[in-house]
Amino acid sequence: MTAAGRGGGPGVDRVEGRAVGRGMGRVVRRVGERALLVELADTDEVSALYGWALEARTAGALGEVEELVPAARTLLLDGVADLAAVAALLRTARPRGTTAAGGPLLEVPTVYDGADLAEVAALWGVSEEAAVRIHTAPEYVVAFCGFTPGFGYLTGLPPQYHPPRRATPRSAVPPGSVALAGAFTGVYPRSSPGGWQLLGRTALSLWDTARRPPALLEPGVRVRFVAARA
Amino acid sequence: MENESGELLILRPGPLTTVQDLGRRGVAHLGVPRAGALDEPALRAANRLVGNEPGAAALETTLGGVALRAVGRPAVIAVTGAPAPVLLDGRPVAWGAAVAVPAGAVLEVGAATAGVRSMVAVAGGITVAPVLGSRSADLLSGLGPAPLAVGDRLPVGPPPPHADRPDLVPLPGPGAELVLRLRLGPHAHWFTPRTLAQLGRDRYAVSPASNRIGLRTQGPPVERALAGELPSEGMVLGAVQIPPDGQPVVFLADHPTTGGYPVVGVVPAADLAAAAQARPGTPVRFTPLPER
Repeated sequence: MTAAGRGGGPGVDRVEGRAVGRGMGRVVRRVGERALLVELADTDEVSALYGWALEARTAGALGEVEELVPAARTLLLDGVADLAAVAALLRTARPRGTTAAGGPLLEVPTVYDGADLAEVAALWGVSEEAAVRIHTAPEYVVAFCGFTPGFGYLTGLPPQYHPPRRATPRSAVPPGSVALAGAFTGVYPRSSPGGWQLLGRTALSLWDTARRPPALLEPGVRVRFVAARA
Repeated sequence: MENESGELLILRPGPLTTVQDLGRRGVAHLGVPRAGALDEPALRAANRLVGNEPGAAALETTLGGVALRAVGRPAVIAVTGAPAPVLLDGRPVAWGAAVAVPAGAVLEVGAATAGVRSMVAVAGGITVAPVLGSRSADLLSGLGPAPLAVGDRLPVGPPPPHADRPDLVPLPGPGAELVLRLRLGPHAHWFTPRTLAQLGRDRYAVSPASNRIGLRTQGPPVERALAGELPSEGMVLGAVQIPPDGQPVVFLADHPTTGGYPVVGVVPAADLAAAAQARPGTPVRFTPLPER
């Protein structure tokens, strides 16, 4: 796993830096010759601004923008033709909601028999059955993707249930593994090394390059995990 | 009517030869790296020489060249990028120019005499099935065709109809020193003013651990002013990440779409072709661009 989702650096937005225009809304930093990085308070703000930027791009309001990459507390716009104009729009944009509440809903049937289920339940001080109920209760949203194609970082689990990642990462996590670390739940689209706590597995094919879109868990998608029999 | 189906049969793949075009765009939000030729001007030049569109898929070799046979019909092939001896059925032919390869003949690109990566374009382009809009091999996430192996057969498209090909195109050679301009930010404030002032004066060297994901450099550690970690954020081509050991890593085409180490600055894309051709040990100088 990358450093995704780990506690943030101290006070980035309070440091005097080369922010593009300060004191009037969001901090927008220039990244090289063609990109802008917007700093935001949390993943909800990121999801909201990402939704706004998608619509604005489709409407032609941003000019040429090649990539929109949401992450934990930032939105990156890459391949931007007019940096100054887009930065000005981003500083003052007012997204409609606080989250991407309008995204499609995906149900993920999950067999909760993961190698770390007992450990996570013990950490939460509940039975394994109760741990499954805790994990299936929230509606999650894919805040962003990264690590490997089609790997979504899902937010929605209440803070009291945020476990640490494993002290020793596994060298191979089976594809379809439903896993947890910090504020995020994720589903491994293919076998890869990983340090997250494994709760269960799904038979859904999360990543298929022949499908449009190739990722079931793309940013903005809402997700419910549904307990399924093995 | 000429038979239009042709193939290249790989006889010797060399240490690492991949299919590359201009890469995948518009899918970074799904965690998909851009990939694409590391030396993009060399790809465009090779394609011009054989009459292709500039972004047609070609072969990118790594230090040791490649040997292949034209199967089914004659081929027109040009080699650019890292200079290397080019042999047609064992006889020397031109590097940096279109070479007519009869059906059944063997074209061999030898070890690079300078630089790292030669581009081998064939008229009609390599037409393996595109994945997410590109035929490029992405070695970070395993998308696109795997690195070539002995016996691979690569389909070649119909040759372009017009014969409007230049005889020669300008091909800059690899320099003795790699100079990378650097636009400071977005996290320059994470580093000490002293280290930032020093960055343009210090000398680094290309590390042998460099690959298509990043050009790793070795030199005086870049010192952090702020401790802690960044929450993972989107990364751009040319971003210079500073990991905990302070040794700068310049992100190349197969870079991850997100990362958690601070980025001291970004190298303009125009300088990355030279980075792709810098051998381990090549001296590296970062020259910060004036702030605007």
